Amino acid sequence: MTIMKPSREVGIAGYGAYLPRYRLPGSEVSRVWSEGEDESPVVEKAVAGLDEDAVTMAIEAARNAIARAGIRPQQLRAVWVGSESKPYAVKPSGTIVAQAIGATPNVTAADWEFACKAGTETMQASFALVGSGMGDYALAIGADTAQGRPNDALEYTAASGGAAYVIGPRENSLAYLEGSYSFVSDTPDFYRRAHEHYPRHGGRFTGDPAYFHHVEGAARHLMEELGYTAKDYAQAVLHQPNPKFPARAAKSLGFTPAQIETGLLVGRVGNTYAGSSILGLTAVLDEASPGDRILLVSFGSGAGSDAFSFVVTDLITERRRKAPATATYLARRREVDYAVYARYRNKLLMH
Amino acid sequence: MHIPRQWRTRDQRLSLMGEVCPKCGVKLFPPRDVCPECSGPAKEPFALSGRGAVYSYSTVYHAPEGYESYVPYTVALVRLEEGPMVTAQLTDVDKEQVAIGMPVEMVTRKIAEDGEDGAILYGYKFRPALEAGAAC
Ligand SMILES: [Zn+2]
Repeated sequence: MTIMKPSREVGIAGYGAYLPRYRLPGSEVSRVWSEGEDESPVVEKAVAGLDEDAVTMAIEAARNAIARAGIRPQQLRAVWVGSESKPYAVKPSGTIVAQAIGATPNVTAADWEFACKAGTETMQASFALVGSGMGDYALAIGADTAQGRPNDALEYTAASGGAAYVIGPRENSLAYLEGSYSFVSDTPDFYRRAHEHYPRHGGRFTGDPAYFHHVEGAARHLMEELGYTAKDYAQAVLHQPNPKFPARAAKSLGFTPAQIETGLLVGRVGNTYAGSSILGLTAVLDEASPGDRILLVSFGSGAGSDAFSFVVTDLITERRRKAPATATYLARRREVDYAVYARYRNKLLMH
Repeated sequence: MHIPRQWRTRDQRLSLMGEVCPKCGVKLFPPRDVCPECSGPAKEPFALSGRGAVYSYSTVYHAPEGYESYVPYTVALVRLEEGPMVTAQLTDVDKEQVAIGMPVEMVTRKIAEDGEDGAILYGYKFRPALEAGAAC
């Protein structure tokens, strides 16, 4: 067996979403760079406000997850933040988040990095921490304020948002873990060197050898070893850098469009990087029924995927009411034009 | 704000940590260790819920040093559910939407930055309250 499962049964005790209020329509990017000729892959993307960054978004998602889990922050033994947009190059985001939610000082806190997969890396590690009995609860977070180079294809989709999960023992979980699987290889599809503001990517190369190879490879392997096929799942959530990639991967894995619809948020929020697939999972949990089986597959450039199989429990009905629904964040929406976006995302030269 | 003061006040700043008077139950924010009602010692930490309502407000167009990048912004007196009155910036709101009595909730945001290479000051602000549970 190459799938992973800790000896102690574990699951998700609480989950929380966060999306900033501002939206940049794809038509605005197209207007500025192609006089409206280029077609945007998304309707709009979520944009962080002037006073937001990956830390502030992680804090709000974390508060929502803790409210749903119904635990005291002092019960957490880990606060882990996955992000490629850390506000500090040196100084952990994890300690700021841990202090703000009241989890200090008896806790490990750290930042994780694996491009868009950093969020699910914190989940894998949290399952291991709780599964080993080192602690009863761990907080796994993925949050990003992703920057796309102006006039790059990724400018349409590079977005801001995040999600947080309180990982705990199965008996206190709203969805328990059946097994997980991680699948990585050295693939130079997308990267950003130290001190560089914007990333570089391999254009068409980002598809087959990177996204599809890892997402489909991870999902197939996990389902095979668990003895499941797509039909066994109520919903699947795949990393969503654009609407086309997860739709194609889902189809090749045997999922119907209806099986990925609930968690497919990219058309309205863009790619929230470390938040992308796990934000989609919050939308699925908001509507899930006890007994539903859910597949989660992330993807991070560089490259790799984490795949998880969950089963929803009776605790979902009570817990989801205890924090704002992901649909509430989607509906909280203020459109900005490209000029305001340029100011909010610090793209104007001030000195 | 200098770094030692930032560090000393981090709990009140990041999470609205106040105090409660063990004698008469009054909630204090910011913490001042002495009850304003009975003058007794009040050093017991108390985490305020962060929920409140706008009591009064004003929009700032000319900001003090360190806050310039956020103009225009609205500063409000917020009456917290537990009683104390707090002065703070409002966020995620257009100034035309602000009204006296508007329900707000605390969020932790960037307050100021000491240049591109300096420390980031995080702290409480208030925004229109979001409803928990069913989507609006
Ligand atoms: Zn008193």
